[in-house]
Amino acid sequence: MTIKEIQDEIVDEFSMFEDWMQRYEYMIELGKSLPLIDEKYKTEDNIIKGCQSKVWVHAELENDKLVFTADSDAIITKGIIAILIRAFSNQRPQEIINADTAFIDEIGLKEHLSPTRANGLVSMIKQLKLYAVAYQTQLN
Amino acid sequence: MIETVLDIQTIRKDFPILNREVNGKPLVYLDNAATSQTPQQVIDVIVDYYQNYNANIHRGVHALSQEATDKYEQARQKIQKHFNAGKGYEIIFTSGTTHGINLVANGFSSLLKKGDEILVSAMEHHSNIVPWQMLCERTGAVLKVIPMNEEGELLMDEYSKLLSERTKLVFCNHISNALGTINPIEEIIEKAHAVNAAVLIDGAQAAPHVKADMQALDVDFYTVSAHKMCGPTGVGALYGKEEWLNKLPPYQGGGEMIAEVTFEKTTYADLPHKFEAGTPNICGGIAFGAALDYMNAIGFDAIAAYEHELLEYATEQLLSIEGLRIYGTAKHKTSVISFNIGGIHPYDIGTILDKLGIAVRTGHHCAQPIMDFYKIPGTVRASFSFYNTKEEADALVSGVERARNMLL
Ligand SMILES: Cc1ncc(COP(=O)(O)O)c(C=O)c1O
Repeated sequence: MTIKEIQDEIVDEFSMFEDWMQRYEYMIELGKSLPLIDEKYKTEDNIIKGCQSKVWVHAELENDKLVFTADSDAIITKGIIAILIRAFSNQRPQEIINADTAFIDEIGLKEHLSPTRANGLVSMIKQLKLYAVAYQTQLN
Repeated sequence: MIETVLDIQTIRKDFPILNREVNGKPLVYLDNAATSQTPQQVIDVIVDYYQNYNANIHRGVHALSQEATDKYEQARQKIQKHFNAGKGYEIIFTSGTTHGINLVANGFSSLLKKGDEILVSAMEHHSNIVPWQMLCERTGAVLKVIPMNEEGELLMDEYSKLLSERTKLVFCNHISNALGTINPIEEIIEKAHAVNAAVLIDGAQAAPHVKADMQALDVDFYTVSAHKMCGPTGVGALYGKEEWLNKLPPYQGGGEMIAEVTFEKTTYADLPHKFEAGTPNICGGIAFGAALDYMNAIGFDAIAAYEHELLEYATEQLLSIEGLRIYGTAKHKTSVISFNIGGIHPYDIGTILDKLGIAVRTGHHCAQPIMDFYKIPGTVRASFSFYNTKEEADALVSGVERARNMLL
């Protein structure tokens, strides 16, 4: 599936919920399914700055596609990064660089998109895209 | 019911912001230790200033400037009276607690030498740590830490042992922002003075709850922020004993702080202007005075008594939640409750509470050494003010329970 298709699928899933409680409960569920980062990559270097909770992300190239793993010490943050990774992981770096992130707004997490918000969703997106740029340069 | 002589519902009507909704729920504002809300009486003073007499002070020949100057200096007198400072010029207007601390720390650069020691408590806000570390870097003085126990109380015996003729300065908060502990500052000051060390007390968290008496305390420096006590942000006051303020060099150069300027030599103005370079936050200073009027009209004894009741009630209710641990259980504390539940990250709890319209603070509260002491990433902190209610404490407790059920 393309990033756009996955995003549409996520938006579809979230549209079934009537209130924020259900959305958050689902997000917490998704957090539990996050592809976990190997402990050896849980280093200071891999921590995303700008989050009140700790978030680690690692990227690896597998057959021209970028695979992300991550972790966080806060479960809601884990849910957010799980949603992002589901959309971005296993895609070509160029697709990730070009990807739009408006779907975050559509699933009712707009409040997390503010660049001043301490959870750093914006920093997470930036970090995923930075990985994509780095690997794209490597591929070229 | 919580017993109080205060009419809380009438008081709440003074605070327009308390009527608003957040995420579709009535706002429950429990982040008062970060900043307090502003009553209409203070908002009116701010509006009045800009509508009627906005002008630069201390140098105008015209009527508006004179009016603004009078009001600003009246505010200084109100602050002096409130804190019972001996002289009006011992009150320096600042931009807040942080500014006051930096002013003093900077001034001590020329008074300290290598090997001198300065003492800090283990439970300080970063703004009462970093300026002193920078002072140590400049002078070669050594920073030593007064330790605390699990309850969040300073170990006064250890403090006594740390004091010596090498000790030049002691700085400590009156009340801890992260734990709520009321520190025994009378004893801290007395013991420091016995070895001729000066004492700076960070009163940022104390000023909204207790009226500190500068002369009775015999403190050398005491610094506060207006925004923690119903006033606007970006303004505060530093009390300094006259003899100390005369010893310290000016902090910033500029207009207002000079007596005479030539390219060869400048002489500085007298106190307090020596430390008040540039156009100050005139409106803020005047509004700070109005905030003190407002709080004094309610009465600090009644405020303290009611907040204590709120603290006891909320503490008891929160402790009924399984796995909840409170950090900061000192015998003497104010209405600040820092807590965690099991391994749940404080940020998760704060996010759910926000969805319920409940404003708390999460994180390290600018006091990382305290979090390191307890080996936690942070806490959830609910801090109560005199305009909070028992019902809001109940809302917090049921919100925390709900968050716990979602997150565990
Ligand atoms: C104990 C303490 N000291 C200092 C400060 C800093 O105050 P301000 O940011 O107003 O300078 C605070 C504010 O959070 C505080 O709680």
